[in-house]
Amino acid sequence: MIRLENVTKTFGTGASALIDVTVAIEKGEFVFLVGPSGSGKTTFLRLLIRDMLPSKGTIIVGDWDLTKLPNSKIPHLRKRIGVVFQDLKLLTDRTILENIILPLEMTNIDSKTALKKVEDILSQAGILEHKDKFPVQLSGGELQRVAIARALVFSPEILLADEPTGNLDATTSWEIVKLLQDINALGTTVIMATHNTDIVNNLLKRVVTLSKGSLLKDEKPRPKADQPLAEKSHHEKKESSEKAEQKTEK
Amino acid sequence: MKTFRTSWNHIRRSPYQALAAITIMTLTFLAISIFSIMTIGSTKIIAYFESKPQVTAFFKNEANQEDIDTLSEQMEQSQEVANVRFVSKQEALKIYREQNKNDPLLLDLVTSDILPASLEVSANRIEDLSPIADALKKSPIVSEVIFQKDVVQTLTSWTSALRKIGIGVIVLLSVVSVFIMATIIGFKISQKREEIEIMKLLSATNWYIRWPFLLEGIFYGLVGAFFGWLIAAVGLVYATPYLQSFLGSIPLLPVPMFFLLGLLGAEFIVAIILGTFSSFLAVLRYLK
Repeated sequence: MIRLENVTKTFGTGASALIDVTVAIEKGEFVFLVGPSGSGKTTFLRLLIRDMLPSKGTIIVGDWDLTKLPNSKIPHLRKRIGVVFQDLKLLTDRTILENIILPLEMTNIDSKTALKKVEDILSQAGILEHKDKFPVQLSGGELQRVAIARALVFSPEILLADEPTGNLDATTSWEIVKLLQDINALGTTVIMATHNTDIVNNLLKRVVTLSKGSLLKDEKPRPKADQPLAEKSHHEKKESSEKAEQKTEK
Repeated sequence: MKTFRTSWNHIRRSPYQALAAITIMTLTFLAISIFSIMTIGSTKIIAYFESKPQVTAFFKNEANQEDIDTLSEQMEQSQEVANVRFVSKQEALKIYREQNKNDPLLLDLVTSDILPASLEVSANRIEDLSPIADALKKSPIVSEVIFQKDVVQTLTSWTSALRKIGIGVIVLLSVVSVFIMATIIGFKISQKREEIEIMKLLSATNWYIRWPFLLEGIFYGLVGAFFGWLIAAVGLVYATPYLQSFLGSIPLLPVPMFFLLGLLGAEFIVAIILGTFSSFLAVLRYLK
């Protein structure tokens, strides 16, 4: 599905964001992309949507070789890959509904069908009641859900999420991850860039680790790793943190 | 439809920029309308004189009908002459009365005795007027000969000058309006840079982003053309009575509605070209 072969990305300043990275991700996988800030996670994701070209190597997404993809095909590629951007990239002067319907307005889909689809996605993301609000009226977790909902409007085969839990508390972070897991369960390949070790360690999914642009580790998911375990672990953690808080109050 | 809505939102959300763009376009099209009307009007006046290459010879009072008939026959035999028409004193009075029917004072003062009989000699070509006039002048019964060659020459040189000045002013104003519009639209594109970047990341094609800006330029052009035309057309309607008395028998006014609508149609085409060109300049400059 996704194949990066010896991909290097060097910027004009001479700084290398990725160095000789080779990774293959199969359809339907859930992959964590981890590493400290500046390790190349965002560059990795931006390369996949042809927001930039690699300096060396090849990137294959589905049937497309992105290094040879003509500019006119980029919109087609981006319809197949949903992205939750690190800075969300929501339009502040539009309502939640208008933000999410925006990608559909770029197609020939009629407004009634588009509206129906957006409302379904808003329900799936649990934010239907906020559809007429503006981004500034929503909390961080709700905004993440909006960004995820927008990434899903084309029912993409691949979902890229760049630090979707970045500024969220533990509970909200887990809710977001649960939503991504649900999307993955429906067959969408999910790549989530994060440095939230709690989530990565508990979810037991495949972990691709980058360090200073190089591929440090590519750990396959451990057997028997499943969602209930992760959720249990999360609840246990939540309970213990609540107990700790009570002690502090005393 | 969505493109139109986006375009309209761009216009609505920055009314002062839209006003500036429309004002400069109105000014340009006002100049285009005025010079077009003047150029076409003066061309029609010349055509009127040219279509009637005519020499009028006024007879002396003592001229008798026999001599007049002889001269008339002589003229008819000439190859340069298309038509000869004798206007008697009575007919001259009739024409005079018709022309001054609204002024009873002038009608009371004039009788057929004081109006001369005349011979209207039409030429085939305007160049033939001089030899015909010379031939008529030689006749002893002719007191005065008038013809329009001088009028046509003067008018032609005026029209030519008018056309040159008109083209100069129109080109200058068009260039200025294209640059102003390109700057305004370019500024709007810069303001929406973030939104455009997001739309591109969300799979928008380049043309999806470009169209609203192109339509915006066309809109400014069309609105400017309409107002420029309207001001000129209303001005023309108001000036018609004064111009009519100045132009006399030349059948130019009132200007027919189909001419004005034709001018509006032509200006709309120019507006679309200017609007598209200006927005395209901005789009190429700011939306790579």
